[in-house]
Amino acid sequence: MSANTQNKSKVISNISGAEAVIRCLLEEGVETLYGYPGGAIMPIYDELYKFQDKLHHVLTRHEQGATHAAQGYARTSGKVGVAVATSGPGATNLVTGIADAQIDSTPMVCITGQVASHLLGSDAFQETDIIGISTPVTKWNCQITKASEIPEIMARAFFIARSGRPGPVLIDITKDAQFEHFDFSYKKCTGIRSYQPYPILDEVKVEEAIALINQAKKPFIVWGQGVILGQAEEEFKTFLETSGIPAAWTILGLSALPTDHPSNRGMVGMHGNYAPNMLTNECDLLIAIGMRFDDRVTGDLNTYAKQAKIIHLELDPAEVNKNVTADVTLLADCKITLHRLNEKITPKTYPEWIQRFDDLDAIEYKKVIYNDLHPTKPGLTMGETIEMINTYSKGNAVIVTDVGQHQMVACRYAKFNQSKSNVTSGGLGTMGFALPAAIGAKMGAPDREVVAVIGDGGYQMTIQELGTIFQQKLAVKIVVLNNDFLGMVRQWQQLFFDKRYASTEMVNPDFVKIAEGYYIQAKRINQREELEDAVQDMMASDQPYFLEVCVEKEDNVFPMIPTGASVSAIRLE
Amino acid sequence: METKTYTLSVYSENNIGLLNRISAIFLKRHINLESFSTSASEIPDVFRFVIVINVTPNTVRRLVQQIEKQVDVIKAFYHTDEETIFQENALYKVKSSALFEERHIQNVIKNSHANIVTVSPEFFVIEKTGFREETEQLRKDLEPFGLLQFVRSGRISVTKAKMGISEILNTFKNNNN
Repeated sequence: MSANTQNKSKVISNISGAEAVIRCLLEEGVETLYGYPGGAIMPIYDELYKFQDKLHHVLTRHEQGATHAAQGYARTSGKVGVAVATSGPGATNLVTGIADAQIDSTPMVCITGQVASHLLGSDAFQETDIIGISTPVTKWNCQITKASEIPEIMARAFFIARSGRPGPVLIDITKDAQFEHFDFSYKKCTGIRSYQPYPILDEVKVEEAIALINQAKKPFIVWGQGVILGQAEEEFKTFLETSGIPAAWTILGLSALPTDHPSNRGMVGMHGNYAPNMLTNECDLLIAIGMRFDDRVTGDLNTYAKQAKIIHLELDPAEVNKNVTADVTLLADCKITLHRLNEKITPKTYPEWIQRFDDLDAIEYKKVIYNDLHPTKPGLTMGETIEMINTYSKGNAVIVTDVGQHQMVACRYAKFNQSKSNVTSGGLGTMGFALPAAIGAKMGAPDREVVAVIGDGGYQMTIQELGTIFQQKLAVKIVVLNNDFLGMVRQWQQLFFDKRYASTEMVNPDFVKIAEGYYIQAKRINQREELEDAVQDMMASDQPYFLEVCVEKEDNVFPMIPTGASVSAIRLE
Repeated sequence: METKTYTLSVYSENNIGLLNRISAIFLKRHINLESFSTSASEIPDVFRFVIVINVTPNTVRRLVQQIEKQVDVIKAFYHTDEETIFQENALYKVKSSALFEERHIQNVIKNSHANIVTVSPEFFVIEKTGFREETEQLRKDLEPFGLLQFVRSGRISVTKAKMGISEILNTFKNNNN
């Protein structure tokens, strides 16, 4: 091990490995963690009991819930989320959340118990190779078999999880290492020889980028979560306002810029807005900031922005020219890059180019948005529900979404005034994410309103976390947009599988009774006249609140780019 | 795009689990490895993987980016056959009677520049270092005499160009300080 460390804490003699784990968490500034006890992690839980005045452990109802809660916490607080589980099934239940955190670059440290080191490889009770299982979905992982290894490995875990492009780290600790006593001291990790999380910006490339920007007649920006992770919101806003370039977001970039900012031109990608998708294939310069050209953003790569020069602001060298080849790559933290660009950029406006966006926006408004937000048919729409939430949140709420139609609608229509307000499962598309993520989102931003918007399918994948919400007395607002279908899959079946609705219709339980069973105030509505009062009551409550909105069963989400089609093949109906 | 043989040289820390992490990168992309070998490198405490794959130029570039992204990897390179000096090592176990009963086998061994490693009353072992075609030719030539066992190592390779790992490590050290 060759970690560069400093500020070594004083030695605490003869403590257990389990106590050392707790002391490491405290040294790293952890206040909240999510988990579920079991045999191989019991020594650590015993220490959590002793340290309960300093560390708040939240008992979720399933280990998957612990990872999503840790993710939600990380996304609203900007800190590392921590999840704890026992060996075997406890550990394997973490895997979905870890994979989600990996693909969405969420800083998370997972701690798992493991059977005693002399039993490793013996197929002992609740033994599983969680290091092997989690390897492809972690940024780093490590097994600890000796108590003395705990401080350095834990310091590395937090450093790796939060630095550079963040991600999940898993530390597996054998039970004997938790019991073993040793003399503890802690040094924060500040560097690892083989790991260079912050590439140094090449100033020549900055000049090249500025030259391309100065030449451009129809420049366009697409930004992603990198702006939020790099805490570059201010630099980004300055860049937009100075450059005068219109900008659109990927789903994880949402909320980095206030929704009503004049430079905001909406969402790109499969269910993104009409103008930014169409004009991706019309711009002469595409500036990608902290985004990775996911296939849901680009559609067919062979027809993606082929006419444009491309500048890519990126932190992760592995993303450079991975999906789209850039003319200029600015490899560095985008906060630094944007600051440098801001120093050199010439203020400009593009009235004719902006008009193109306005014209296409008008088409989308007429064909899609108006009907979503001001429907004339009897059934409630997802869009009008989100719009009503906007009315009462005034754009100040954290919106947590699951995966599917409701997610696309919520992201399209929700209004945000501040960053770190959109919590969703983007890359992995994990149904069941929202309810537990909302728990962490609320604890990561306790002073903010947190509204979880969930479909009836995903809600039932982690519905047991209502128990956690109740036990923690968290004032999370839960809105289930119930269409009695796995709506997005049904939409695809309708459009691409000749309406063969294979296993997408849901016979649902009484969601209100279930919520009430958890002592959570609950209401169901299915009439337009009830919507405003219901949303108003929910938002006014200082308690957890469940609202089921029965929406039109077979509505589709548009615009839509069919899988593998060009962004300019976007459909409005 | 046309595929080609590439030799990947990966310099890394010697940590448990890294082998799994690197092989997972190929598994995820459904890429078969032609050969894989690990050893010490020219720098103390730095480990070296030599991996041979047959892929397109775009794929090899992305693979190396993904490998280098791993926390415990210091640096990864890829080279074509023309850019490297490479060898493989093979062992052939043949029954000893063949050596005395079949005169021709002695010519085969001599002409292939192979070495006899050990001789016992029951069997003898031949070792041959060279290119894949050479070790393969010897296998074919020995087959008629009754090949009891055959094994070939993964490719080991050095590059014609400088790797400069010590310099890279120094830069990293400065970046971290």
